[in-house]
Amino acid sequence: MTILVIAEHDNASLKRATLNAVTAAAAAGNDIHLLVAGHGAAAVAEQAAKVAGVAEVLVADAPEYAHGLPENLAALVVSLASSYTHVIAASTAVGKNFMPRVAALLDSAQISDVVAFKAPDVFVRPIYAGNALATVQSSDAIKVITIRPTAFDAAATGSAAAPTRAVASAPAFDKARFVGQELTKSSRPELAAANIVVSGGRGMQNGDNFKLLDALADKLGAAVGASRAAVDAGFVPNDYQVGQTGKIVAPQLYIAVGISGAIQHLAGMKDSKVIVAINKDSEAPIFQVADYGLNADLFEAVPALTSALD
Amino acid sequence: MKILVAVKRVIDYNVKPRVKSDGSGVDLANVKMAMNPFDEIAVEEAVRLKEAGVASEVVVVSAGTAQSQEVLRTALAMGADRAVLVESDVELQPLAVAKLLAGVAARENPQLVLLGKQAIDNDAGQTGQKLAALLGWPQATFAFKTEVDGQQLLVTREIDGGLERVALDLPAVVTTDLRLNTPRYVTLPNIMKAKKKPLDTLNPETLGVDVAPRLKVLEVTEPPARKGGVMVPDVAALIEKLRNEAKVI
Repeated sequence: MTILVIAEHDNASLKRATLNAVTAAAAAGNDIHLLVAGHGAAAVAEQAAKVAGVAEVLVADAPEYAHGLPENLAALVVSLASSYTHVIAASTAVGKNFMPRVAALLDSAQISDVVAFKAPDVFVRPIYAGNALATVQSSDAIKVITIRPTAFDAAATGSAAAPTRAVASAPAFDKARFVGQELTKSSRPELAAANIVVSGGRGMQNGDNFKLLDALADKLGAAVGASRAAVDAGFVPNDYQVGQTGKIVAPQLYIAVGISGAIQHLAGMKDSKVIVAINKDSEAPIFQVADYGLNADLFEAVPALTSALD
Repeated sequence: MKILVAVKRVIDYNVKPRVKSDGSGVDLANVKMAMNPFDEIAVEEAVRLKEAGVASEVVVVSAGTAQSQEVLRTALAMGADRAVLVESDVELQPLAVAKLLAGVAARENPQLVLLGKQAIDNDAGQTGQKLAALLGWPQATFAFKTEVDGQQLLVTREIDGGLERVALDLPAVVTTDLRLNTPRYVTLPNIMKAKKKPLDTLNPETLGVDVAPRLKVLEVTEPPARKGGVMVPDVAALIEKLRNEAKVI
């Protein structure tokens, strides 16, 4: 079993989800190669070489890999895939974008969002917003897999450097072009990797009231999230969204504020270690999954909580 | 410009799915079904492009059992011009659906294919990207905004931490995210009109596609239930629990 893991990065640093993917790969076999496709990404290749469990780092450095365009990234992975039994990436916005393209070009049925390996060819993945777990077996020669980062620990870093090998670029695809990006500037931790997440729902009433959650999050060193209802209502941007169709989080502490607890929201946070729910509706379904429920008006409870943490 | 929109019939998003006691799958007998919510957004986007004079024709396609006609009729009532059903009683996995859609695209020659970013039943999120790969077309997943600019399509995409803009040469495949638009409600007169719109039926054999499932489902189980917790009377009690019992702050 030789496994190819595709690193996610911004040409400067390796994203944490890659470390989760390396741990997942170790469940399939121990000969793990990590592909760094980027442009001017030498620093990333260096970090990749120090990830525990990585036997070799493959580096493809070319302008067409600068922004992770899926057409180019998929073509590169396909050009390398015949040496591998498994191709694995984290189920992030990047992984979700290019991996199915890889699978189609290899005529392989991708297994998305895997949370456990039962055997090198048997995988467990959530379906129906996590209301069911399917155990599936793949007979494809090259298994194309995206893994749910929160289901696997991050591989350790700082081990002795693995060897690095440059690989040839695949022919560039010119029908898709990167134009630009706007990233939300925030000093808070990344939602998917935070130890504490404070999320707001429709009960927040408007976007301005999210300042209450910002203040609490700053006290706790937490990330701020939201339910789909809050995103739909335009209170906050979509990248705040926790749920089946947003981000999947599993922090040490998840504080749900003014969130009723729709199925699709629970799908994104029910693996959190400790869940706190603050809601003025005592019948809200969120209380059924919360470790600690506080039946109170959030506009009083949240500021009180924030000031009590001084 | 001709637009092809793919739609899927899935369990209604308000219904809590129940796992069958024999572990073979999720019980869909007598359960309310509906169009996959992300596909509704795709239909809406196509109809808006037609209303704006950018698109000349909107064709909706679904792959599945004969009952998928229901969601095609809904799409027609929203404003699509005609429908194609690729009928099959086999459990269709994303790779098979992508191949079927590639076959339909070869017959229809659309300039743009729109689909939802994921179906809320299998949550795979693969079909659009696989279709783009099979056709050799550029793709933009998780669309937040689309703008047609001559032979080029500008798409703003939802990514982790913000938004990204890409320019695609047409033809292209775009998958829709939540904020792209708010789908319209279908009105009774439009439902009546939709009944008269053409709906053609094809089958996988006509398209030359082998749809046999490639992933074998060994078992479907309920996830471990979370134990219910306790209610706390006030903020002070909550902080005490978090500090001394859960030890998370």
